[in-house]
Amino acid sequence: MSCQYHQHLLLPLLLSLLTAGVSSVEVQRPRGVSLSNRQFYEEGKPFTCLDNSATIPFDRVNDDYCDCKDGSDEPGTAACPNGSFYCTNAGFRSSFIPSSRINDGICDCCDTTDEYNSGAACQNTCRELGRKEMESLEKMAEIAKEGYRLKQLLIQEAKRGLEEKKKKLQDIQVTKKDLEDKVEALRTVKETAEQPEKEAKERHLKAWEGKFRFRNWCIFFFSLSVSVAELLSHSELNPDSDDSFTEAEAQVIILIYSKLKITDYEIIVCFMLDLLFVCRNLEKEISFDFGPNSEFAYLYSQCYELTTSEYIYRLCPFNRVSQKPKYGGSETNLGTWGKWAGPEDNIYSVMKYEHGTGCWQGPNRSTTVKLTCGKETVVTSTSEPSRCEYLMEFISPAICQEPSSLESYFHEHQEL
Amino acid sequence: MAPVVVLWLAMCLGGTWAVDKGNFKTCDQSAFCKRQRALKPGESPYRALLETMELTNTRLTLQLINDNNKVRLLLELYRLQGNITRVKINELKPLKPRYEVPDVLIREPPTEPLSLLSQDENGVVLSLGAESQRVIVSARPFRLDIMEGREVLMSLNSRGLLAFEHLRMRKDTTSPLFFLFFFFFQSTFSLWIISVFCSFLSIVSDSLFCPSPYHPSFSYKAENVDEEKVEDGMWEETFKSHTDSKPNGPSAVSLDFSLPGVEHVYGIPEHADTLRLKTTDNGDPYRLYNLDVFQYELYNPMALYGAVPVMLAHNTQRTTGIFWLNAAETWVDISSNTTVFGKMLDYVQGSSETPQTDVRWISESGIIDVFIMLGPKPKDVFSQYASLTGTQSFPPLTSLGYHQCRWNYNDQEDVKSVDAGFDEHDIPYDFIWLDIEHTDGKRYFTWDTHKFATPKEMLQGLMDKKRKMVAIVDPHIKVDSNYKIHNEIRSRGFYIKNKDGGDYEGWCWPGSAGYPDFTRIDMRDWWASMFAYDQYEGSMENLYTWNDMNEPSVFNGPEVTMHKDAMHGAWEHRDLHNTYGFYVQMATAEGLIKRSGGVERPFVLTRAFFAGSQRYGAVWTGDNAAEWDHLKISIPMCLSLGLVGISFCGADVGGFFKSPSTELLVRWYQTGAYQPFFRAHAHLDTPRREPWLFGPENTALIREAVRQRYTLLPYWYQQFYQAHRTGQPVMRPLWVEYPQDPATFTLDDEFLIGKDLLVHPVTEEGARGVTAYLPGKDEVWFDVHTFQRHNGAQNLYIPVTMSSIPVFQRGGSIIPRKLRVRRSSTCMEHDPYTLFVALNSQRKAEGELYIDDGHTFNYEKEEFIHRRLSFANNILSSLNLAPDAKFTTQSWIERIVILGASKPSKITLKAADGQESQVEFEFDASMSVLTLRKPGMNSGADWTVTLQ
Repeated sequence: MSCQYHQHLLLPLLLSLLTAGVSSVEVQRPRGVSLSNRQFYEEGKPFTCLDNSATIPFDRVNDDYCDCKDGSDEPGTAACPNGSFYCTNAGFRSSFIPSSRINDGICDCCDTTDEYNSGAACQNTCRELGRKEMESLEKMAEIAKEGYRLKQLLIQEAKRGLEEKKKKLQDIQVTKKDLEDKVEALRTVKETAEQPEKEAKERHLKAWEGKFRFRNWCIFFFSLSVSVAELLSHSELNPDSDDSFTEAEAQVIILIYSKLKITDYEIIVCFMLDLLFVCRNLEKEISFDFGPNSEFAYLYSQCYELTTSEYIYRLCPFNRVSQKPKYGGSETNLGTWGKWAGPEDNIYSVMKYEHGTGCWQGPNRSTTVKLTCGKETVVTSTSEPSRCEYLMEFISPAICQEPSSLESYFHEHQEL
Repeated sequence: MAPVVVLWLAMCLGGTWAVDKGNFKTCDQSAFCKRQRALKPGESPYRALLETMELTNTRLTLQLINDNNKVRLLLELYRLQGNITRVKINELKPLKPRYEVPDVLIREPPTEPLSLLSQDENGVVLSLGAESQRVIVSARPFRLDIMEGREVLMSLNSRGLLAFEHLRMRKDTTSPLFFLFFFFFQSTFSLWIISVFCSFLSIVSDSLFCPSPYHPSFSYKAENVDEEKVEDGMWEETFKSHTDSKPNGPSAVSLDFSLPGVEHVYGIPEHADTLRLKTTDNGDPYRLYNLDVFQYELYNPMALYGAVPVMLAHNTQRTTGIFWLNAAETWVDISSNTTVFGKMLDYVQGSSETPQTDVRWISESGIIDVFIMLGPKPKDVFSQYASLTGTQSFPPLTSLGYHQCRWNYNDQEDVKSVDAGFDEHDIPYDFIWLDIEHTDGKRYFTWDTHKFATPKEMLQGLMDKKRKMVAIVDPHIKVDSNYKIHNEIRSRGFYIKNKDGGDYEGWCWPGSAGYPDFTRIDMRDWWASMFAYDQYEGSMENLYTWNDMNEPSVFNGPEVTMHKDAMHGAWEHRDLHNTYGFYVQMATAEGLIKRSGGVERPFVLTRAFFAGSQRYGAVWTGDNAAEWDHLKISIPMCLSLGLVGISFCGADVGGFFKSPSTELLVRWYQTGAYQPFFRAHAHLDTPRREPWLFGPENTALIREAVRQRYTLLPYWYQQFYQAHRTGQPVMRPLWVEYPQDPATFTLDDEFLIGKDLLVHPVTEEGARGVTAYLPGKDEVWFDVHTFQRHNGAQNLYIPVTMSSIPVFQRGGSIIPRKLRVRRSSTCMEHDPYTLFVALNSQRKAEGELYIDDGHTFNYEKEEFIHRRLSFANNILSSLNLAPDAKFTTQSWIERIVILGASKPSKITLKAADGQESQVEFEFDASMSVLTLRKPGMNSGADWTVTLQ
């Protein structure tokens, strides 16, 4: 494996250097000095350390003894503990390596210049690396371009979706008003008509309270005579929200509700409550942070899976991450949606899911999801770098950046 | 994820963050300890039968008789070369042989003649040769006094606590018929045996007349014979849910030692306690019984993973040592008082006011075999002990670098990225480690097929960077008929057997596991052969080994270890428990040597150990915790190990359990960088803590600590060479070098590396300063960072910041360093040296330079450079200490820094060929530091540098 230093150069700069490397002629300068620092090393003239700590005769530059505190007199030897060596790497990207890597028997610069006296058999791999890098850059650029195009579609879609939702919310609010009036009217009727049944009803209600949320009961009403299987598909009806929704639980719910006697009043109350619920959800979704242009909105209520040798991992963005053993066993919650957690300049590049199932003697499980640009939306890897702290790599077009800078860069490259 | 492990731990170890003391026996819960400790000092029932004395050129033998039960013991006394006295006591005729620990001594110790000085009916006086040393054998009661001139150095059985539980038949199961047979059998022996069997016969018949020719009255009253009463725990013992069947019955041995004039005793590791041992009157004795103690507690005498039954006694005049060669469970009581000496000694000694330490050793089985090392200087005791059990193995240079470990690096990708992380942050390291999760289902010698699918590729990647790896190989073997190692061990009958003769099985990481019988040489040979490259698939020459859980750890066994009635051939596990880990490491080290055809030095880390373990590699202090007190205790724990020969010691940097604060982590790196074995390790459940995860500031602090370690590698390597050659410890308590300065006797927070570097790491949270004691009233000490000079024999307050690691170089020393720190030690092989010459008040200094290839046994073939560097009369010279040795190096001397110097007018270098040249220099008048610029001579050459 190579151990390139300072690899994180900006792409445009990188490409221009690549071009320069190929076209320019090697300029005479002391070993290990970069082009930009060439001016400070004038053959035959006393050399002043770059930190001005001392001035020494020029023959002490690269004489394998450290004279400058900043190591600048020994750019081409390992004599200074803090020096750095410039690899020209013609055909690839130039870089600096710590001078301790000069002549240590390990090839660091692809142009082999760091191992000029160690006997290490280094091959010049710059051209090959340059070619590969270019290929991967092209590929990345292609992906970025396509990803960015898709992102625009996502943004438009999200905009449309948002407007629809806002409109729906308005409609519902109107309907709600209507219903409230009706409820008021029916209540009086009901109270007089059903006085005898009231007490029994309240008993029932008490029994369900706490265990089942009232709204679930209502929703269920509107889909009377559902099967257990159908019911199971409504995970929001799960009475104890954290665990999985089992068949047994579904059967209990059906059993309870089938024994109820329902009045118009109750139906309407329920309907109203359901609307309230829809209303709340819509409001939540509208106000959710789906990125600067809502480009991440399409992930809402979706789930993505990755199967490894042992587990099936499931990422439901803005909801939760879970892990299930491949060959049976119960699901483990690896965290529920927490926040965007990228660095300040790119906050949408990382999602954080927190407060998952607790670990023995340890913290609650949590998952960091790193987003990278791609054409598809897919989970590419999961790992557990620290116990109960999971890391997931997730590809999505929504994170793609405008590839404008790359564009120009490639035009240049194609002229090579 | 290892839910099974977690569940298992939760079940068997409990869910609390502290040792569960209830899992481990107190002396009261260990039947033999309780029995023996109940004996109080007083008149000993043992009497020496002087008429049985035989003195040959090499040894004295003498019978002892217990007047209570008439059982006779055989005492053997040897004068060994190098001022050591060996005292061996066994039953004269045991029912069956008693275990004598093999393989620990490097050879049968060579003897020196003893001579009889005088003899009367009360005793015998023997000359020990040198320095008017004598042994007085007193007859009634039996005791031994070792004297020098009029001074008693040590007395044995002076408190009458010699006890030897003779093997016996179990009463309730023995038939009269057996006794008939027994009688017949015994009668074939010589006459004096009769008294032995009489004690047995007396059990059946009080009226029997037993002639005893050596008894003064020639007879005894039967009612005086101690009817050996059967006590609880003699023939069976239950602890928690485990029952120990004791088919051999009681078999304990015990002996007391008195150390007049001694107030400080050290050693008997492994305990998480202060360097100076405490008296045990008000609690349990120090226990030696190799145990896997989950989350051990500090400052108590509980047993830990290893046991070295060696104690050092020290006062300003003399250092002595006691090596109690017994591998069974052992307890050591220490008391300090001024008890009245015996009559004879009163006469000799005069006063009885001298301070005195009394020590008592109690072992469950085996014999008494004790080596009394008479010093007189600390370094003499180290040589004496080394002459018995060998010296520290000479480790590969690279293993003195930094080790990065974690339970666990998850997969090859993880290893690769951690490796890259070190380069990215420019922190050197030499070894990355893999814990148990790297295996295929805890089957050692295998790799997880998904996570470590191509181990050779991974190892090659490390090799390309001149780095290495350690993978764990534990001695518990998964019982699985699809596992080659298990099948082979089972079919060869190499497993330890349970008391009923079947293969012993216990629970450990893999679930049900067998435990190979490493006490068998054929088993060890086979095990060693498993490390061959064609046997251990995926291994390469840069893969080394770590033996964990070799106490042995048995999750469902008594005290988390093996049942004592398990069988190693004819011997019970009880007899040899403390040597199991020693044998595991022995066999593993042998494997690593063999795989290279005997060329390469091995590196094997072990958790369990015994006397002699120093010969096989490194030891660490086990599963510590990320707490400040654990950082502090790492110093006395490693110092104690060093005192008993095990120099290659370290503690998990950062602490194994729990997560360290950033400050603690940094301080631990700073401390660990100056301890012999320098490895960071962390528990599976803890957050990641690679050095760069705590912000750039802390990364820089850790980098600097690790770099300091690497600059000093030449010095460390030299210290290990010395340790290997002479047995002197690498990491030393100050009293070892300043034995006459009582201020050094109880220091737990500072230490020496060799004799020239004094380290007082910062181990207090939020410290603003530390007070270091600089020893030696004639010494001067130089701060290695500022070069400031300080006088010795003072407590020096040193203000500290987060970057401070207070280290001092002794004036009068020369320390070679390599200041060009690279990404691994191997990368620094050919780099030049800087010599740090610290002048003493006589403006003199001495040091050494040792260079070899760093990894093979070729140094045994004289392939090394060993030079003496000395500075006197303004001349620094390099002299060849090994003129016959042949080795060449590319390394040269790039710089010489003279501390405490004055400014010369010129400096001349005279090379081996007589050629002279001027050397440029710089002089810093404020600190009196003279720096010679690039003298440039080869490190292996003769040269002199003259200051004018």
